[in-house]
Amino acid sequence: MLSSNTFVDPGKMKDYHYTGPVEHRFSPYSFNGGTVLAVAGEDFAIVASDTRLSEGYSIHSRDSPKCYKLTDTTVIGCSGFHGDCLTLTKIIDARLKMYKHSNNKTMTSGAIAAMLSTILYGRRFFPYYVYNIIGGLDEHGKGAVYSFDPVGSYQRDTYKAGGSASAMLQPLLDNQIGFKNMEGVQHVPLTKDKAVQLVKDVFISAAERDVYTGDALRVCIVTKEGISEQTVPLRKD
Amino acid sequence: MSSRFLRTCNRDGGVSIDLNHGTTTLAFKFKHGVIVAVDSRASAGRYLASNDVNKVIEINPYLLGTMSGSAADCQYWERLLAKECRLYRLRSNHRISVAAASKLLCNMMLGYSLFMGSMICGWNKKGPGLYGRMFSTGCGSSYAYGVVDSGYRKDMAVEGRSTVSPLWFPSSRQQHPSHIVSVMYHMQQDGWIKVCKDDVSELIHCYRKGMF
Repeated sequence: MLSSNTFVDPGKMKDYHYTGPVEHRFSPYSFNGGTVLAVAGEDFAIVASDTRLSEGYSIHSRDSPKCYKLTDTTVIGCSGFHGDCLTLTKIIDARLKMYKHSNNKTMTSGAIAAMLSTILYGRRFFPYYVYNIIGGLDEHGKGAVYSFDPVGSYQRDTYKAGGSASAMLQPLLDNQIGFKNMEGVQHVPLTKDKAVQLVKDVFISAAERDVYTGDALRVCIVTKEGISEQTVPLRKD
Repeated sequence: MSSRFLRTCNRDGGVSIDLNHGTTTLAFKFKHGVIVAVDSRASAGRYLASNDVNKVIEINPYLLGTMSGSAADCQYWERLLAKECRLYRLRSNHRISVAAASKLLCNMMLGYSLFMGSMICGWNKKGPGLYGRMFSTGCGSSYAYGVVDSGYRKDMAVEGRSTVSPLWFPSSRQQHPSHIVSVMYHMQQDGWIKVCKDDVSELIHCYRKGMF
């Protein structure tokens, strides 16, 4: 049946045979699926997500991307419980505006990451069920990726996958971008076009094997010229 | 209490929120100061979330804090501790002692049910600061105690600290040691220095002859 994936929500997918009396409890959370990926390059960052919104065996929407633009140099990808994703992005937008009004400058990617960590930790005992990844350019113009856990622990990475297919994508990225477990290979720095192609290939693989990932892929490419978006179709089954 | 609610979310049948944890950290005093060593693995359930987490927080040039247990709890409260230490320095015009910093952290944690094991090490007026001769926290702490107990000598030379390199052993015994990084700091009289950051899977070849 379901794999030992930590992101599985068995709540709505019931066994089709009688197991005895079951106590039903209200759960404030539900799992809406989706995968997010971010890659940082020398002078660019890519944040990509699929656009499927699901719950149990149903699909709510085939066009619900999980990347949200925060500033001209920062994009956040949020997957997990869609209700908390929406609330969290609203709160981040409000805090960005407040910062802009009181400090007269836009928040940098590192500052947004630190702020998100404290926002998430503020709900330490009733967490936002969201797996966040921030991708953007830091103050020196280099690509930066920050990955979070639901209660706010974070660190800066070169690449990270989050969401339902993260356990499938992360080893592939470790191999292709981090050159892990490869011998005698020259470490060539990643170009923007190669990175975009890799992201597309990686999501096509994820859609093959993960039921929560598919429909379409939204890629946001952050460079100093701004943020450009591409949409690529994925498997719809 | 609201923390009970979080625990019910982790049962089967509920959504499982897995938080980053799982560590070995180690510190011991010797003639030339304090050695602090940490691994850099973060796991979320059975998934390895990251292999290069920074588990030492540099509070000031004379104080280090280590993190084990829940990554978010440690990061948040130790950063808050760093802020309090800085305020103490500004208000009272002298650096905070290791014991006082530890007590500040302890009092901050008192009201909450947190999941963190942390060590505060440093150099203060009375010399090297650590609770006891040696301390270790985390899942691999029992292995670390064994290794250091067998190899420890109080008058060990400064070069000896790198051959003690204790963390590769617990990491290799705990789980498969692929690309876990072991980071070591040396606390001296004039501040800490970051000694090395080694990939455990490479170190194991170095020590393999002595092992088998």
